[in-house]
Amino acid sequence: MTSGGEALIKALADEKIDIMFGYPGGAALHIYDAIYQQDRVQHILVRHEQAAVHAADGYARSSGKPGVALVTSGPGATNAITGIATAYTDSIPMVVISGQVASYLIGTDAFQETDMIGISRPIVKHSFLVQSAEEIPSVVKKAFHIATTGRPGPVVIDVPKDMTDPNHKFEYKYPSSVYLRSYPILGESDANEVKEAVKLLKSAKKPVIYAGGGVIQAEASEELIQLSRMVGCPVTNTLMGLGAFPSTDDQFIGMLGMHGTYEANMVMSEADLIFNAGARFDDRITNNPKKFGIAAKKIHIDSDPSSIDKIINVDVALQGDAKIVLGQICEEFKNASYDKSNLEPWWKQVKEWRNKHGLNHDMLNLPNQSDIILPQQVIQSLYKTTKGEAFITSDVGQHQMFAAQYYKFDEPRKWINSGGLGTMGFGLPSAMGVKFAFPEETVACVTGEGSIQMCIQELSTCKQYGLPIKIINLNNRALGMVKQWQDMQYSGRYSSILYEDSLPDFVKLAESYGHVGIKVEKFSDLNDAMEECFSLKDKLVFLDVLIDPDEHVYPMLEAGGSMAEMRISKKDRTF
Amino acid sequence: MISHIAILMENQPGALSRVVGLFSQRGYNIDSLSVAPTQEPTLSRLTMTTSEEPEVINQILRQLFKLIDVVMVQNLTSAESFSIELAIIKLALNTEEVKKIIDGENKISCNIVNETEGFTMFEVKGESVAIDNFLSSLKDQEFLEVTRSGQLGMTTGMASLRTNDQTKISYD
Repeated sequence: MTSGGEALIKALADEKIDIMFGYPGGAALHIYDAIYQQDRVQHILVRHEQAAVHAADGYARSSGKPGVALVTSGPGATNAITGIATAYTDSIPMVVISGQVASYLIGTDAFQETDMIGISRPIVKHSFLVQSAEEIPSVVKKAFHIATTGRPGPVVIDVPKDMTDPNHKFEYKYPSSVYLRSYPILGESDANEVKEAVKLLKSAKKPVIYAGGGVIQAEASEELIQLSRMVGCPVTNTLMGLGAFPSTDDQFIGMLGMHGTYEANMVMSEADLIFNAGARFDDRITNNPKKFGIAAKKIHIDSDPSSIDKIINVDVALQGDAKIVLGQICEEFKNASYDKSNLEPWWKQVKEWRNKHGLNHDMLNLPNQSDIILPQQVIQSLYKTTKGEAFITSDVGQHQMFAAQYYKFDEPRKWINSGGLGTMGFGLPSAMGVKFAFPEETVACVTGEGSIQMCIQELSTCKQYGLPIKIINLNNRALGMVKQWQDMQYSGRYSSILYEDSLPDFVKLAESYGHVGIKVEKFSDLNDAMEECFSLKDKLVFLDVLIDPDEHVYPMLEAGGSMAEMRISKKDRTF
Repeated sequence: MISHIAILMENQPGALSRVVGLFSQRGYNIDSLSVAPTQEPTLSRLTMTTSEEPEVINQILRQLFKLIDVVMVQNLTSAESFSIELAIIKLALNTEEVKKIIDGENKISCNIVNETEGFTMFEVKGESVAIDNFLSSLKDQEFLEVTRSGQLGMTTGMASLRTNDQTKISYD
C-alpha cells in the first residue's frame, strides 16, 4: 500500500524518470518525504524555482526525454511560471508538479495559495488538478503521454497537500499505456499531399529547405538530410533548428531570419519553393508576412495543425510527425526521375550572395588586430577549443545571436536556447540540466553580464553537485541587444541599459561560490584563456571576457520589410 | 460576419475555462456562448458565436481542437444548419398590454409565462437576429429585465457533432 506522495514518486520512476529538479516548501512536504525514502528518482535542489524548470528544460532539450520539475504552492508555483512559458513556446516535453494547499482550503486565500491551474493555463499544453490520491498514477501517466506526444509541451500537475497524506494508503498500480479520445496524435500525412509536395519539389528551379525545431523534436535529422541530398538544394535552419542539418555541410546556408545570414535571407526571399519542415513561420523569420516569399510555392510540415496557415498560407499542408512525413516524402521522391544539375544556376546565385556578405568565419585571423576582443571571436575561439563538439546553452541577447551565427552545430540537441520566449536567465540552469543528462560531455553556457545575473544564484547548485560547466560571459558592460536597438532606432538614447559601475567582479563572485574565475581583457590572451578554461576538466570556470561594447549583431532584418531588406553593418544595408 | 461554432468537449472541471481562455488569450471575441452536458454525461456541448473574419475562424477551430479537452469542433456557419435562441423578457406592463405587443410578431414565437404585481414576463424564441430586431422594437418600453440564452445550433441531415467513442480514457 502506498500514500499519494509515494505513488507520485513511484509513478515517475515507472515512467523511467531518474532525475527531477525542484525546491521544497510546505504544500510539497509529503512529496519530499516520499523522495527521501526511495532511491529511484534523484532530486536536485536548485536555488530558485525558475532554475528548476529551466534545468528540467535543458535536460529535455539535450536528451529528448521529458524533464521534470517539482515546486511548492504559491510563490514556488509562480516562480516556475517563466520556466514553463519558456518550455511552452519552444514545445519542450516537460512535467511540472506543483504542491497546492489542501483541497478543503482551496479558494479560501490560504497561506501560500495561488490558483496554479488558472495562472499556468495559457502556457501549458494541459494541466491537472489532482482530485483524489488514488488517481495520482493515472494522472501522471496522462501527463507524460500528453507532454511527450504530438507537438510536445509542458504539463502541470497541481497536487493539493491532502492528496499526498502519508496516512491515506491505497493500492498502487501504474498503467502501461493510455488512450484519450479527445487527443488524437498525428502520424503519417495524407498521401496525395505528399505526392503534391514531391511534384513541387521536383519542378522547382529555386527551392530551399527551411527546417526548424520540430525536426529535432521528432528526431528527424536523418530524414531531413536524406531529403536534402536527394533534392540538392540550399538548406537553412531556424534558431531552434540549428543542428538539425549539419552546419558545416556544403548545402547549409546558415541560420535565417532576424539575424540570419545574408545568403539565407536572400534565398528565402528569391526562392520559388519554400519547404518548411517543423518550423512555424515565426515573426522573427518572416519579417513582414505580407512580403514573405511572394514568388514561392510553400510546403509546410507540422505536427500541430493550428500552426498551418496561421501566419503564412501554404500550398501544401503536411500535417503529421516530421520524421514520418519526411520519410514519406523521401520514398515518394525516389519514384520518379530528377536532375539535381538543374539547380546549378540557383547555386551560382547563392554562392554569389555568400561571397558578397557571408559571415566571416575566420575572425580570429583578422589583419591589423587591435587588442579589443570582438564577441564573434570569442565564439570562434570557443568553437575551435571545443572542436565544435560541446553542448552550448545560451542566454538571451547579442551573445545568443553571435553563438547561433558562429558556433557551427553539426548535430541536433547540442544547441540549447530560449528561442521563442527569449528568456534571460535560461543559460546557466539549462546547462545544469544538460550536464546531468550528459555528465561526461563538455557543456558551455554562452551568456552576457546581463543575462547571467538573472539566475546567478545557481552557481551554488553547481557547487553542491560538482557541475563543471564552462560559463563564457560576453561582457560588454551594457544590455547589448537593447543598446543596439537604441543605437539604431532611438538615436543612441541609452535608456536603462547601463549599470554605473555596479557590475560585480565575476572572478571573485565565481571564487566565492567555490569555482574558478578567469578574466580576459585582450584579444592576445583569448585563445590561451579559452584553452585553460576547458583544460580545468573538473571545475566550473567562469570566463569573463570583456568584449567590444559597441559591436552590433548583423545581418539584421529591417522591421516591416521583406526578408531581403537587411542591414549588413553599421553602414551597409540592402534597401 | 457572425459565425457559429459548435464544440463537443469532455465534461470535466476546467474544460470550459480553457475554451473561454483561448479566446481572450488569442484576442478573439466571443459574442455568445451556451453550454450544457449532453445525454452522454461525460461530454458537454457548447455553441459559440463570434464575429471574427472567416480566415480567423479556421484558426479558431484549429486552436479549439488542439485543446486536450475538446473532442470535436464544427463550423455551423459553413454548413447547412438550424439555429435558435431563447430570451426571457420582463416589462412593466400587464398581460393584456404585452399581448398587444407580441400579437402579429411572425419571426419569433412568444409565450407569456407570468404576471406579478403588474410586471409581465414572457419568453421569446427565434433566430438571434429576429430577437435583436424585436428588442429594438421595444425600445420605447421600460425594460425591467432581459436575459438571452445565446444561440444554439445544429447541422441538418447526416452531418453531426457526436463521437462514437464512448470511452473517455482507457489504460492498459
